[in-house]
Amino acid sequence: MEPSRLHWRDLLAESFAGVLQRPARSVLTAVGTVLGVGTFVAVLGLTATTSAQVDTRFTTLTATEVTVEDTGGDGPEGAKGALSFPVDADRRIERLNGVEAAGVYWSVSAKQAAPVRSAPIGAAAAGDDPPVVAASSGVLRAARPTLEQGRIYDRWHDGGGQRVAVLGSSVAERLGVTTLETGPAVFIGQVPFTVVGIVEDTERMPELLTAVIVPRTAAQELWGGPQGERARMLVSTRLGAAVQIADEAPLALRAESPDHFRSVPPPDPKKLRSKVTSDLNQLFLVLAAVCLVIGAVGIANTTLVAVLERTSEIGLRRSLGARGRHVTGQFLTESAVLGTLGGLVGTSIGTLTVVIVAVVREWTPVVHPLTVAAAPVVGLLTGVLAGLYPAWRAARIQPVEALRR
Amino acid sequence: MSAPDREDRAGTPVIEFRDVGLTYPGPPPVEALKPCALRIDPSEYVTVVGPSGSGKSTFLNIVGLLDAPTAGTYLLDGVDTGTLPDAGRTALRGRRIGFVFQSFHLLPHRSAVENVCLAMLYNAVAVRRERTALAREALSRVGLGHRYDALPTRLSGGERQRVAIARALVARPALLLCDEPTGNLDSATADSVLGLLDELHADGMTVVVITHDPGVAGRAPRTITIRDGFLTEEDGLPRQERVGT
Repeated sequence: MEPSRLHWRDLLAESFAGVLQRPARSVLTAVGTVLGVGTFVAVLGLTATTSAQVDTRFTTLTATEVTVEDTGGDGPEGAKGALSFPVDADRRIERLNGVEAAGVYWSVSAKQAAPVRSAPIGAAAAGDDPPVVAASSGVLRAARPTLEQGRIYDRWHDGGGQRVAVLGSSVAERLGVTTLETGPAVFIGQVPFTVVGIVEDTERMPELLTAVIVPRTAAQELWGGPQGERARMLVSTRLGAAVQIADEAPLALRAESPDHFRSVPPPDPKKLRSKVTSDLNQLFLVLAAVCLVIGAVGIANTTLVAVLERTSEIGLRRSLGARGRHVTGQFLTESAVLGTLGGLVGTSIGTLTVVIVAVVREWTPVVHPLTVAAAPVVGLLTGVLAGLYPAWRAARIQPVEALRR
Repeated sequence: MSAPDREDRAGTPVIEFRDVGLTYPGPPPVEALKPCALRIDPSEYVTVVGPSGSGKSTFLNIVGLLDAPTAGTYLLDGVDTGTLPDAGRTALRGRRIGFVFQSFHLLPHRSAVENVCLAMLYNAVAVRRERTALAREALSRVGLGHRYDALPTRLSGGERQRVAIARALVARPALLLCDEPTGNLDSATADSVLGLLDELHADGMTVVVITHDPGVAGRAPRTITIRDGFLTEEDGLPRQERVGT
C-alpha cells in the first residue's frame, strides 16, 4: 500500500490555520521574534546611517586636513629656538597640486611674550595673559576663519615682519578692543602690534579663538623660534588630496632632510567609521541576539503547550492516515510561520525606527538591502529552531493515547 | 477507491482474526485480549459489548490499527497487517477505516466542511475543490446539508457526531469503526445517530460499533461480547473455542 502523503500546499494551509486559530496567542508568541529581528534591523540600520553621517562630516573637514610636525634637530635659527620649517614653507607647500592653504604656527611661550596689554603701561588684562600664537598667513587661511571685523594679515605682512595681530573675539573683548576704526594696538611685552582683524569663528584650530595671532616672521625677529613645543604646519587640501599631500610635504619642505618632518594625514575614514560604530554596534547586536533567543524560547514554549493541548488533534490526524513526519512537518511549519511573521513585522519596525531616528536627526536613513532581506530569514530560522523539539514531541505522541482523551 | 475494486473483494472478509491476541508486557504481563478468531464480512453490522476494562479498547485499537497484536494474524480487507511497515499501517488505517469517536474529536476552529475535508488530506484526494465537494456530499448524506460552514462549537452534540460520521465516511472506507458513538449524547439524539448508522448499514457499509450499552448493542443483527479478554459470540459459543474449527 502506497504511504500517505501530504501536499506542501495542504501542509502550509493546515499550518496557517493552526496559527490563525489562536490569533492573540500567535501575536504574543511572535513578540519575542519581532523584538529580536527589529533590534537587529534597527542596530544595523542605525549603524549604517551614522556611518554615512560620519562620512559626510569627515569629507567636508577632517579629510582635507594634513598636519606636518617638526621633528628635526636645531634648524638654521637654532640659536633662538629649533625650527625646521624654511622661511618660504607656506609657498613651498601651497605650490603642491591639491593644497588650498598652508601655514606654519607655534605657541610663543609666555615667558617671552608677556604681558599682553591693550596699552603700553598699566594693568594687564584680567586673569591670565592670552596665549600668543606665531602663525604665518597661510594658517589663517587654512583655518577658514569668520571675521567679526577687519581682515586677516597676508603674505605681505609675513614677508616684511610687520607688527600686526589678529585677535580671537574673546581675547578682543578681554583686552577691550571693540572697534578697529580707531586703529587699536595690543602690546606684547613692550612691542605694539596693530590689530587688523577680529576672528569670530574658525572651522579649524578653534584654539585660535582664544589667542593673539601674530605673523611668524615678526615673532621670530622678536622672540626667536619656538621654545618647548615645536612648530607645526597646518595644510588645507582639496578633497581626496590629503594622503598624497601628506606624502609629499616633507620633501617639498626640505628636500635634503625630509626626515625632519612627520606628516599626519587624516585618519582613514573606514577605520574611523568602524571605531566610532563597532563598540556600540556589538553591544546592540548582542542585545538583538538575546531578544532572538527569548523569542525562540517563547515560540518553543507556546508550540510545546500547543502540542500538549492539541494531543487529541494529533491522535485524530494519525487515525486519518497522517504519518509521524506529517505531524512533525505541521508543527515545525507552524513555528516557522510564526517566526517568519515575527521577522517580517520586526523588519518593518526596525526599518521604521531607523527612518524616524534619521528624520529627527536630519540624517539620511541608510539600511543595507541585505539587512532587510536577511531579517525575515533570521525570523524563519528562529521559528524552525524553536519548533524542532515540540514538533519532535508531537510526532512521538501515540494515537492510542491521544484518542483516549 | 473505485467500485470494481470493491467487487473484487466481495468474498473477502473485512476483518479476519486468526488467533489474534494481545499481551501487554509486564511485569506482570497482562493478557488484554486472549487469542481468538473472528470474521466480519462486508456489509455486516456488528456491535461489540462488554463492561469497562473487559478489553473493548484493546479490541478497538487492534481493529483500528492503532496497536499491533502480539499474537496471530489480522487481515483487514484482505491485507495482512502484520507484515506492513509502520507507514503502510498508517496508510491502510487512513484509507480503509473510518473512525467515529465518543468525544467526536472535531477541530473546534474549523467549519464542518473543513473537518470532513481532513479525512482526505493525507490520502487520495489532492485537489482542494474536489475535497470540498466530497465533504459537502458526505454532510448532506448525514443530514447536515444546511450546516456546511458551521463551527463545531455552534453545533449540537448530535450534529457534531453526524459531522464526525461524515468525516469517517467521506474517504469511502471499508469499515466504519465506532467507539461508543452515543456515549456523549442524550437518548433521543443517540437514537437518531443510531438510526443513521442503520441507514448506512442498509446502504451496504460495514459497521462495527463498540459500546457498553446493551440498548445500542441490541440494534445490530450480530453482537460480540468481550469479558475479561475473552471474545464470545451471542450464540454463546466462545470464539476462542472455534479456533481451527
